[in-house]
Amino acid sequence: MSKRKANYAAKVKRATHMLFYKRHKKPGVKGWELRKALGSDYPKVLKVLDDYLKDLDLKVQTVFEEERQIEKPNLEQLDKARFLITLRGELTPKEAKMVGWRIDDLAGLSIAISHIISNKGMAPRKEVEELLREKLPNWKVGLNIDRYIRYGYLTQDEGEQLYLDWRTRAEVDQKALIDSLLRTET
Amino acid sequence: MQSKREREKQGREKLTRIIETCKSVEERSLDPFLVDIDESINTAKEFLPEWKIPEDLCLDAETIHRLASVIKLQSEWVKHRSTSLYTDPFLLQEKLMRLDKERIVETFMMAWHPIIEFEQISLHSIMEALQYWLNLLPLNERWKEQPPQEVAAGHATREELVKERILREQMFSEELTSFWQQLKERVTAKGKDGKITYWGFVGAETYGETVDRAFLTSFLVTYGYATLEVYPLEEEIFIKPNEEPEVKIGKKQLVSMPIPIPVEDWQRWKRGELN
Repeated sequence: MSKRKANYAAKVKRATHMLFYKRHKKPGVKGWELRKALGSDYPKVLKVLDDYLKDLDLKVQTVFEEERQIEKPNLEQLDKARFLITLRGELTPKEAKMVGWRIDDLAGLSIAISHIISNKGMAPRKEVEELLREKLPNWKVGLNIDRYIRYGYLTQDEGEQLYLDWRTRAEVDQKALIDSLLRTET
Repeated sequence: MQSKREREKQGREKLTRIIETCKSVEERSLDPFLVDIDESINTAKEFLPEWKIPEDLCLDAETIHRLASVIKLQSEWVKHRSTSLYTDPFLLQEKLMRLDKERIVETFMMAWHPIIEFEQISLHSIMEALQYWLNLLPLNERWKEQPPQEVAAGHATREELVKERILREQMFSEELTSFWQQLKERVTAKGKDGKITYWGFVGAETYGETVDRAFLTSFLVTYGYATLEVYPLEEEIFIKPNEEPEVKIGKKQLVSMPIPIPVEDWQRWKRGELN
């Protein structure tokens, strides 16, 4: 193995440890942390790791500070971004149960997220609660929304407006969700 | 014909209504196109010449500010509608209501890629933790009370106590009496009409010494060895020694008189700018 390759292999290993193991309260690693540990060529290291992970149906996901995805990020934007490992493909509902989600809770999350997306990324909590009440028992609605907030899927401001939070940006392909919902035949 | 006052009142009402509509659009995320911007601007324009007092002009400014916010919302709305993410919320809501939970979850699964993370302890961490545990002293040893150190009793001389600043070189009453004598001498030498300026008496070579003298002076006054004369308008304070210590309790209402001794004042006194 050439010296360069060996060097990259070591960096990929280090990146794997950093990305897979939970280091902070929030999962994932910030770009500047990776730069510090792997050097300024960390985006290349992540690209190599991402290629390795393809076969395992996993991927390196980048969540930018800005709400939208950035096509060609600069180094500063990458340094501020959070890098995580996510599933590349899809889970089946059965598998979702194994991850620890009840079908009710997952459906509620899906409704809340899609409603917020269709309302330009912001919706009053009351409105989302009303929507969930259609299919979930009343006592569960508030608890579920609090849980979505606690997990980082949603966030709420002082005016009780709900927004999408970092975990939705990391885990949910918003466009795919809306497209599939509209395509689904009732 | 509408009186001027009535017209002003009508104008205020109209502007307030516009502000309230704009506010509710902003706060309740309503469709910003519900506000007719042109008509609202015309209303504001129509009443602008009527406004004379600042409150009315402020109302007018707030109306324009709120309308500007709504225009911004309209622009965002148009931008959002032009993106691929735009979906009519009502259409989507209808769709969600008709779908059963299973179908909603199935759809969500197509777009959900949960984060993978490990919370597993490594062998290295276990070894480190074990080493820490082995090196850790038991609680009863760590929290053991230290017995007070025994020190043999001995004698200390007065000089040693003075050196340690436990005792002053003179007894306080002796020191006060000699300070009173010093005041009398200073008044005779430099004073006028049997009194001397406060800074003229307390001022000394060093700042510390000055503070010390001010401290003793306060006791001279409190114990009746001297009297303070304060002239607030002239900002002058004099100190006048009494022939004999006076007992003031019961004779007059005693007042407390704080006199600050800042370094700046001491420096001014040193330069001769303060008497």
